[in-house]
Amino acid sequence: MSNTTPGAKRRLGDVIFSNLTLLAGVSILVTLAAVAFFLFIEALPAFLGEQVSSAPDGFWPYVAPFVFGTILASVIALLLATPMAVGIALYISHFAPRRFAQMLGYSIDLLAAVPSVVYGLWGIIVLAPFLTPTFYWLNANLGWIPFFEGQVSATGRTMMTVGIVLAIMILPIMAALIREVFLQTPRLHEEAALALGATRWEMIKMAVIPFGGPGIISAAMLGLGRALGETMAVAMVLSPSAVFSFALLTSTNPNTIAANIALQFPESSGNYVNLLIATGLVLFGITMLVNMAARWVISRRAEFSGAN
Amino acid sequence: MSTVVAPNSFRGTKNLPKLVVPALLVLSSLISFGLAWTAAQASAEDETISILAVVVIGFAIFTSGLYLLSRLIEGKRKAADRIITVFVTGAFGLAVIPLISLAWIVVEKGRNRFDLEFFSSSMRNVVGEGGGALHAIIGTLEITGIATLISVPVGILTAIYLVEYGRGALARAVTFFVDVMTGIPSIVAGLFAYAMFVIFFGPGVRLGIGGAIALSVLMIPVVIRATEEMLKIVPNELREASYALGVPKWLTINKVVLPTSLAGIATGVMIAIARVIGETAPLLLIAGFTASMNYNPFDERMMTLPVFVYTSYANQGVDTQAFLDRAWAGALTLMLIVMLLNLFARLVSKYFSPKG
Repeated sequence: MSNTTPGAKRRLGDVIFSNLTLLAGVSILVTLAAVAFFLFIEALPAFLGEQVSSAPDGFWPYVAPFVFGTILASVIALLLATPMAVGIALYISHFAPRRFAQMLGYSIDLLAAVPSVVYGLWGIIVLAPFLTPTFYWLNANLGWIPFFEGQVSATGRTMMTVGIVLAIMILPIMAALIREVFLQTPRLHEEAALALGATRWEMIKMAVIPFGGPGIISAAMLGLGRALGETMAVAMVLSPSAVFSFALLTSTNPNTIAANIALQFPESSGNYVNLLIATGLVLFGITMLVNMAARWVISRRAEFSGAN
Repeated sequence: MSTVVAPNSFRGTKNLPKLVVPALLVLSSLISFGLAWTAAQASAEDETISILAVVVIGFAIFTSGLYLLSRLIEGKRKAADRIITVFVTGAFGLAVIPLISLAWIVVEKGRNRFDLEFFSSSMRNVVGEGGGALHAIIGTLEITGIATLISVPVGILTAIYLVEYGRGALARAVTFFVDVMTGIPSIVAGLFAYAMFVIFFGPGVRLGIGGAIALSVLMIPVVIRATEEMLKIVPNELREASYALGVPKWLTINKVVLPTSLAGIATGVMIAIARVIGETAPLLLIAGFTASMNYNPFDERMMTLPVFVYTSYANQGVDTQAFLDRAWAGALTLMLIVMLLNLFARLVSKYFSPKG
């Protein structure tokens, strides 16, 4: 191929090694095909409408509230995490003293290393009791807003708590991505703005944010993808039901797909297993759509940005 | 001396003295604390002070005070700059609070049972106090070890294919599907392992090796991405110098490119291990949970540390406190393993990467 000059004899080692790497590359495709194939085979009975006692109305009515809960929790997490992530990224890239900036970046990365089951324990034992008084206050004073209405949960195991835990969990990856984009801002743009007498904030508004805009969007989408698939923290913190409800502070919350699988799967048998696998396939579809949209934004940016 | 004040007159406005910001910070926190205290005194039956309210009110007083002062003395543009600085710094501070709170509570609650018995016994026949997580630690080491053995060769070879060999449609497809693989939710990886094994072993299958397969699905893309980054920064001059000496391509890769990027790859692998070692959901589905030792990943249920933490919390027995203590001790062990792996990874990349 391109590595050998025309006419040169291809050495045995080269042939073996290059085919070995090719095999590894193809195995990725095979693995993904296997994931799709086995999940689909096992999910098929549920799609074909086999009766399951836990889902008397069929598959789609069963999964709908969980899809709603998954999206609701992730959107809350995203709304909380995005401004925070932009702030953290700006702090590390443009505000913090240079000497500490890298170390501060590591400390945020450490948040990403904490296992989700530990977040679950922390969320239920520390965060939920801490937030409960605030929930009562919100309900008493802002109860006319649909999100804060209803009977406040005394345990704090609410959609709002889950949203906050998820926000903390997706914060580090988003902050790291946005930070990288901000650091790539052409130095000359920044210096030009400063030379014109702009304050630091004006420089950021004129040079950094316009450059990093697509980066912020794609980081938000990737964070959303993470939040959609997060399982254990939700399974441990939320007090779950299968309802459609926008009330964030009550004890009847729509469960998420992933948490529902984690809670039901160990005890399930027969067709119910197929039903749960089918809900997993739905989750896989949703996260894949979100991730692909994020990649699309990134690739568009790579084509049109003036950097590089 | 007193006539020349060049820097300030040059900007056309005055600057706030340096002491103003800390003084305002102290003042506003005192005021908000005082407000909360009087409110707590007034309501009589409920004397606890809401920390959240104190922080929110103090922050509001501080930002509005700073804005007014700066607006009056320094002008509109600098006032906006100061407010943004406060918000950005505040965002960072707010993000560090959960980290500190997490570390504190895990150490505080975890040390109750962080003892010899915890690391030397399983949960077999334990209903109350005592017992340990040895079975879970063995399971975690075996399952993560097998996942590493599968993921590292596949990941590194795929990265070599993408960087050194792959051209055209196939390479583009592999790159695309590695991205897709990165986005697989961990629970879906667990479902996949179950769906695969259930076809061969029948319903209700629980195997340690299934957990390893699920973790590999999550780990391979991380290894590929890390290795790819490292291979890309190996300078082309090194490869060309090697070719010029007549060294075949495969030997160039193995003897020149890989050794140069070895430290970076090792770091990437360790971070990938740290990421999957804390995975709970897939192992809960396919490896299951048990109270007994099981050294054989090809037979029967296998406990792992994250699942141990989860089940200790979720299925609290009669002696609730004993189960909670064990859950926290497990969480502490898990956190220590993950932190050590991260630290070690940073040290490797710091001390063993090529200087230049």
